[in-house]
Amino acid sequence: MNAHRIAIAAFLVVVVALAVLPLAADKFYVQLFAKIMIMAILAMSLDLLLGYTGLVSFGHAAFYGAAGYALALLTPQYQAANFWTSFPLAVAASALLALVIGFFVVRTRGVYFIMVTLAFAQMLFFLFFDTKIAGGSDGIYIDVRPVAKIGDWQPFRLDDFTHVYYLALVLLVLTYALLRLILRSPFGRVLAGIRVNEQRMLSLGYPTFRYKLACFVISGALAGIAGYLSAVQFGVVNPEMLGWHLSAAVMMMVILGGMGTLVGPAIGAAIWMLLELGLQSLPSAGGVDFGKHWQLLMGGFIVLAALLLPNGLVSMIAVLRNRKGGIGG
Amino acid sequence: MDFFTFLIQVLNGVQYGLLLFLVSSGLTLVFGIMGVINVAHGSFYMIGAYFAWSLSEKLGSFWVALPAAIALTVAIGLVLEWLLIKRLYKRDHLYQVLLTYGLILVFEETRSILWGDDVHGVSIPAILSASIPLTENLSYPVYRLWISAVCLLVAGLMVWVIQKTRLGMTIRAGAANREMVQSLGLNIELVYRVVFAAGITLAGLAGMIAAPVSAVFPGMGNQVLIVCFVVIVIGGMGSVKGAMVASLLIGLVDTFGKVLHLEIGGLKLLPELSSMTVYLLMAVILLWRPEGIYGRRL
Repeated sequence: MNAHRIAIAAFLVVVVALAVLPLAADKFYVQLFAKIMIMAILAMSLDLLLGYTGLVSFGHAAFYGAAGYALALLTPQYQAANFWTSFPLAVAASALLALVIGFFVVRTRGVYFIMVTLAFAQMLFFLFFDTKIAGGSDGIYIDVRPVAKIGDWQPFRLDDFTHVYYLALVLLVLTYALLRLILRSPFGRVLAGIRVNEQRMLSLGYPTFRYKLACFVISGALAGIAGYLSAVQFGVVNPEMLGWHLSAAVMMMVILGGMGTLVGPAIGAAIWMLLELGLQSLPSAGGVDFGKHWQLLMGGFIVLAALLLPNGLVSMIAVLRNRKGGIGG
Repeated sequence: MDFFTFLIQVLNGVQYGLLLFLVSSGLTLVFGIMGVINVAHGSFYMIGAYFAWSLSEKLGSFWVALPAAIALTVAIGLVLEWLLIKRLYKRDHLYQVLLTYGLILVFEETRSILWGDDVHGVSIPAILSASIPLTENLSYPVYRLWISAVCLLVAGLMVWVIQKTRLGMTIRAGAANREMVQSLGLNIELVYRVVFAAGITLAGLAGMIAAPVSAVFPGMGNQVLIVCFVVIVIGGMGSVKGAMVASLLIGLVDTFGKVLHLEIGGLKLLPELSSMTVYLLMAVILLWRPEGIYGRRL
């Protein structure tokens, strides 16, 4: 068996394991893993920018939150929105936002890109935090979840946590497949070329601005899928969804798992969410409530990870395997 | 808006702008000289403010607290550079952002453990607590003028050190070619350590002198950080002159955005959307000059 077959087998095992999980686990774990899968979609969407195109976006939460807010604003009070219209509209809202923000940020490079993406995301954060649109700083509840009716037939119910779980699983697999297709296409090759040497791609006659902008929009739209799912799962949207702490967390997920691998960021999302949960349930020690102040340890973890894990966990596995085979790293 | 109200707003805008300059010049220096993007820069603004508050309470005087707080901030900067930052010089910006973001969480939580999450106030020192009367019911506080004066003094000092002293010469040479300066027998590592400590102390100092006019509260550093990013994008990364021009521009735009009333077709724009104004300014500059007003062409 070669490495490619092992990878496909492992992928199938994970998907099947995720598919049967709700049969065995109780509500808490089903919801936790649904949340992890939502974060995995978000992390993979960022990997397209970060790992494949070399655009370090520090404002990715904006597109995640935008779709959530779009659903909140599309939901009439005390009534349900229609899933089949609200889902594409919410994703389109994220894509449109990415188009507008991208139009400005894609002109910049390197450290400017990092700062500008963060600044525009924070602008959106303050727009929802300071004004009374959709509940201001408290956020807004989506009391009645969207209904997915086709005529009289209702294939799934979004107020059922198991159905939300399966919807997240299906969308996770679809997002992964779509990204793989994009990356394999000539378009994906151009993105890789831009990452390695943008000047060269320009000289070859590729309008790199347009390619980067298109990539930014696709990435934003996929982040919107995650944001919509999150709003549906918990029935609440708040400015935190747009905030830079989430943007940084997604970046960590991508780095942890390994940039430019797609599977890596998904694994990174799982590690991150479980780590967060673990740290939050820490007891008090020496007069300090570590469970309450879990971000202290999370911060220390990020510092160490940035120092010690330049290419993520996936690369660690590769390094270990090479050592075993005697090739050496 | 009559003349004196306008004057007060201009003075407020300039004072806010100069304070922003103090913070963002530290950020731009550390990047321009060492090539490190320090996302935790805003945390030192917060740490400075908390030092000013906590030490004034303990030592009983703002004037004793101020030098003590500066000394503490410098010490933190030196240790931090030696422990972590020096490992970032050759790393990609992405890892610099991550590591320093991790530091933000550490600083915020340490602050929460040491001082709690309440909002505090620092009283204005007695000698500067007067107000200059302008009209019958309008006056301008002396303390705000003092803030502007301190910022201008520090800005002048900074330009003098960088342009006119031997240390400044080494710093400029080190920014241009680190290895060459090292091979000439100059201790560039020490210079970098000093520059980093000085950079974050500028942010800390801004927090200390701003503490009596703005409250001391959790997350105050992050607000400032984002505005500093806008300053640097507008002014150009690594340019002290750009930081000055952009800071004043943003100080004035932000201040007038909060007091002017603007309504187009019944849609209330200002002051309702005043928190957007500086970002819109940034967007316009990005279209015109993506590398900032005084930045090098990308």
